[in-house]
Amino acid sequence: MTALVDRKHLMGSVEMAHFVSHGSFALEAVVPDSMNQRAIEVLDAGIPGYPYGTPLDEAFPTGTFVRELLDLPPVAGALQSLVGPGPVIDHHAVHIRPPRGGEAQNMHGDAILDTRTDAFDVQLMYYPRDVTLEQGGTLSVPGTHLRRINQTGIGRYQNLAGQTRLVCPAGTVVFLHHGIWHGGRRNDSDVPRYMFKIRFNPTVRQLRLWNTDDIDDPAVLKELTARFGWTSANEGRLELVNRAKLWRTLTGDQLFDIDNYLTREQLRPQFVAPGATDVRLGSSRSGAGWNL
Amino acid sequence: MTSTVEEAFSVRPIDPHLRQQLLILFLGTSALDSNVIGWTRYDGTGLSRPTMGDSDEPPYATGLDALMDGWRLIQMSQLLPHQPGHEYDVSYLPYEFVFERLVEVSA
Repeated sequence: MTALVDRKHLMGSVEMAHFVSHGSFALEAVVPDSMNQRAIEVLDAGIPGYPYGTPLDEAFPTGTFVRELLDLPPVAGALQSLVGPGPVIDHHAVHIRPPRGGEAQNMHGDAILDTRTDAFDVQLMYYPRDVTLEQGGTLSVPGTHLRRINQTGIGRYQNLAGQTRLVCPAGTVVFLHHGIWHGGRRNDSDVPRYMFKIRFNPTVRQLRLWNTDDIDDPAVLKELTARFGWTSANEGRLELVNRAKLWRTLTGDQLFDIDNYLTREQLRPQFVAPGATDVRLGSSRSGAGWNL
Repeated sequence: MTSTVEEAFSVRPIDPHLRQQLLILFLGTSALDSNVIGWTRYDGTGLSRPTMGDSDEPPYATGLDALMDGWRLIQMSQLLPHQPGHEYDVSYLPYEFVFERLVEVSA
């Protein structure tokens, strides 16, 4: 992973804009069946943990299953586009939800309230088997990743309009912004559900890491202004402001805006117009004292 | 003559056959008749166990619809001023409305 990924495998600007608005990017059935078959044995055996910040090469050296997964060109391309070359492993975990087992998690954000606006981690989620609605795959709520909440403080939210109950074919890899609201649903099927997750920290500034050839594509703005059920009323415009701020961070374009919100806010001219009224006119004498 | 707290609070209630069902609606604005953007249910009868991700469609289109269907509104969120410098911050959903209804359970 220390080697740079070929540019043709990187995400494009439209895809990156999708990530900025949705907080996720999915690669459906991107892992070959032969690997998906081997994955079950690997995940059942467990994958040892490492200290926070372990270099990827050290945690998952060449020859391991996970490294093979991460070296798949579309996976490697997406990872480099989102966090850059040479990310480090924050933590990883194997989640196996048994048949007819377990309770749904309460909705939550991972870790604790994360105050970063100029950087983000990504979480890779790999599903080696088909995930059906009945199996209760991960629920996530598109567009919630920029909202600052503290882990299960949102546990009271059972359902939000526009939520995504993941259904996907075997071999799907999903990348999530660390802040997205999500939870594992109850498994009501007769088969276990497998998911392997890795959280990556960037080690470079997340500036223009993707293939920006399509930066002027009108579809970029369309993605950035995507609306979801829960943003349909008063919350929507604030989301647009925060997406514009993140897009400025990612592109380095400090003039980028959506619907003029940030630009208008900065309009505070200091030049006094030549025709301005004499400053003494209209001044009040009441400041001199009571009854003066 | 006083009793212990435990004794006083173990007295049989006058309505032991009633249980509370709660419906929490998160609305698009502070207006009760605005759209439902989130919904949560708790069933005090114990007969069902609503849980995260159990439905994609809200039980009512607006908060007013819940009122018209017999739910009693017991709390709506306050409107709080934005802290200077934090006007664009986004966090928990701001417009929360809590409803209840009392339903019969067998003794």
